[in-house]
Amino acid sequence: MTTPTGNGSAYAAPRDAREAPLHPTDAPVGFKLSSRATGRLLEVEDLRTSFRTAGGRVRAVDGVSLTLDRGRTLGIVGESGSGKSVLSRSIMGLLPKRNVTCEGSVVYDGQQLTGMPDRKRRDLWGTDMAMVFQDPMTALNPVLKIGNQITEGLRHHLDLDRRTAHQNAAALLRSVGIPEPERRFKQYPHELSGGMRQRIMIAVALACGPKLLFADEPTTALDVTVQAQILNLLARQQRERDMAMVLVTHDLGVVAGRADDIAVMYAGQIVEKASAAALFANVRMPYTEALLRSIPRLDEPRRAKLQAIPGRPPDLAAPPPGCRFAPRCPYAQPRCRAEAPPLVESEPGHSYRCWFPVGVGPVPQDAAAVPTRGAR
Amino acid sequence: MAGTGTAHLRPENETLLRVEDLVVEFPAGRQKVHAVSGVSLDIRKGETLGLVGESGCGKSTTGKAIIQLPAPTSGRVRFEGTDLTGVSGKPLRRIRTRLQLIFQDPISSLNPRRKVRDILAEPLKIWGRGTKAEQAAKVRETLDAVGLDPDVALDKRPHQFSGGQCQRISIARALVMEPELIICDEPVSALDVSVQAQILNLLDELKARYDLTLVFIAHDLAVVKHVSTRVAVMYLGKICEVGDPDALYAAPAHPYTAALLASIPMADPTVRPSDDDLLSGDLPSPVDPPSGCRFRTRCPRAQPHCAAEEPTIRQVGPDQFVACHFPLVG
Repeated sequence: MTTPTGNGSAYAAPRDAREAPLHPTDAPVGFKLSSRATGRLLEVEDLRTSFRTAGGRVRAVDGVSLTLDRGRTLGIVGESGSGKSVLSRSIMGLLPKRNVTCEGSVVYDGQQLTGMPDRKRRDLWGTDMAMVFQDPMTALNPVLKIGNQITEGLRHHLDLDRRTAHQNAAALLRSVGIPEPERRFKQYPHELSGGMRQRIMIAVALACGPKLLFADEPTTALDVTVQAQILNLLARQQRERDMAMVLVTHDLGVVAGRADDIAVMYAGQIVEKASAAALFANVRMPYTEALLRSIPRLDEPRRAKLQAIPGRPPDLAAPPPGCRFAPRCPYAQPRCRAEAPPLVESEPGHSYRCWFPVGVGPVPQDAAAVPTRGAR
Repeated sequence: MAGTGTAHLRPENETLLRVEDLVVEFPAGRQKVHAVSGVSLDIRKGETLGLVGESGCGKSTTGKAIIQLPAPTSGRVRFEGTDLTGVSGKPLRRIRTRLQLIFQDPISSLNPRRKVRDILAEPLKIWGRGTKAEQAAKVRETLDAVGLDPDVALDKRPHQFSGGQCQRISIARALVMEPELIICDEPVSALDVSVQAQILNLLDELKARYDLTLVFIAHDLAVVKHVSTRVAVMYLGKICEVGDPDALYAAPAHPYTAALLASIPMADPTVRPSDDDLLSGDLPSPVDPPSGCRFRTRCPRAQPHCAAEEPTIRQVGPDQFVACHFPLVG
């Protein structure tokens, strides 16, 4: 594996993060504990992104804060419309300016990104942060040959000459598991299968050795067998390059074994956030619980009735008062409909946005309305 | 013949639908796309047959060929005693009212310019079922059965509904003709997990209520296991394995079934995903499929024999049939 220049590793990452970025069980538990002054790569504080539409202001991302250390993986999980893709695009600065308001603070490697002019931001794209998009067909340029799409970034950012860029790109294609790179160079995206195209997308994203990779539903358009290949490829590349990754998906199964930390989003907000191990061991937010239960599982007996979540996500132009999940929540109390719960780190490294979390009593400050809930 | 054979078929008089040696080919320039190559299947009344495979394996083509849309290149499709491949014109259209299709993309499969009322009443009008009032009553009843409020939904158009609601309308459209068999072509793969569970539960309820038989086409093995009474796994236009879901999922006999099962990501952080790729490469081209067993180019157990001779389907368990020279069981 050749990283095009020394650009990819010009920093000192903590040893443990470099060696075992993918083992959720080995990792220190939780966000707070795992953050170290030297290791912090990305810090997002109260990010709010809204779109002006005919139906009013749609708050797609509504006050999201998160942190990511070097070399680690954050999984962002949510249904369509939960704001997970808008979140990663807002962090990277890929949203159009018209009719979009983006507030809050995004600090990447010590630099404040919000308000940074596009010209400066563009220098970060590719070399520092890159994105793998969901649909490899529409994300690749259909009228440009594969070779040109990969070498474009190399030549622009790293000032490589045509030959060196070509050689680097060929090595890159080989490393993402594409046989006969020389032949692929001359092909167009439509000549390749979905899995191949996604590998090309990954090669384009990795070309300039980014330190932070956003993978926005990288496998949703692919078959399960190819999905496994692509996820393994991403994990391997991440390990080799000591790269941090934000893995956005609607499938809790995809992030379960692959992310260090997981943030679950609902209606533009993070509703639960913990290390992967802690989240699955002690689900606290009713939404996460409902999401897990509605997945048909291989290890369950057949024809058991699935526990669907009734209703549908709220309209983000006019979200309900109180907890946004309350209208669909089986445990909702009057307080949930009136008062919005804050995202609180109620257990070390485990934050959730709920008045009556699953598996524990009501949050301490509310002693009055204690709902009785059966043993779970 | 690789992956062909009829060992898994039940006696003809017991089945509602019996597909024998179905072949569908499409012209591609001077060559041919071998989309479905000798598939045999059968369904008893009241069963749900899960048809699984990766994209491009011919599962949707099989579903469409059953209702002659288009008619298969060769093979027999017997439904309620009639061979559909020998019927055309009005008699075929009449039989098709008893066979309905639900499509993958709920939004594009509904006419965006028509109201729900007209979408649902159309088949009733065409076949002149009952008076106008009876038709209207039937439409309301069906909408109610799929969990939509007729008073709210009837005068709206598809774009005013979410994906899950549109899929309910599609299901209602399939139901108004009171069909015997519904072919569901990936009905939930375009939906969110939470909505997917709603639709799966709905299909299960309707199946019991209207005494339906279903062909459930999907690429998600977990979904298929959940709904099916029998499962058939397809690869590149051929059947790999057929059987009772419990047996097939507990001990897959075909290496491809095993690989499919192992590829499913588990929602459990204690299960570490394997670092090795279970299956290398992509699906070979159906224009020029591999000789012998079609799976051999990606199969971890392939031997020289697999290239020379195509395996036929044989029994390896009480209700488990596999087309493989070197199966994992039996």
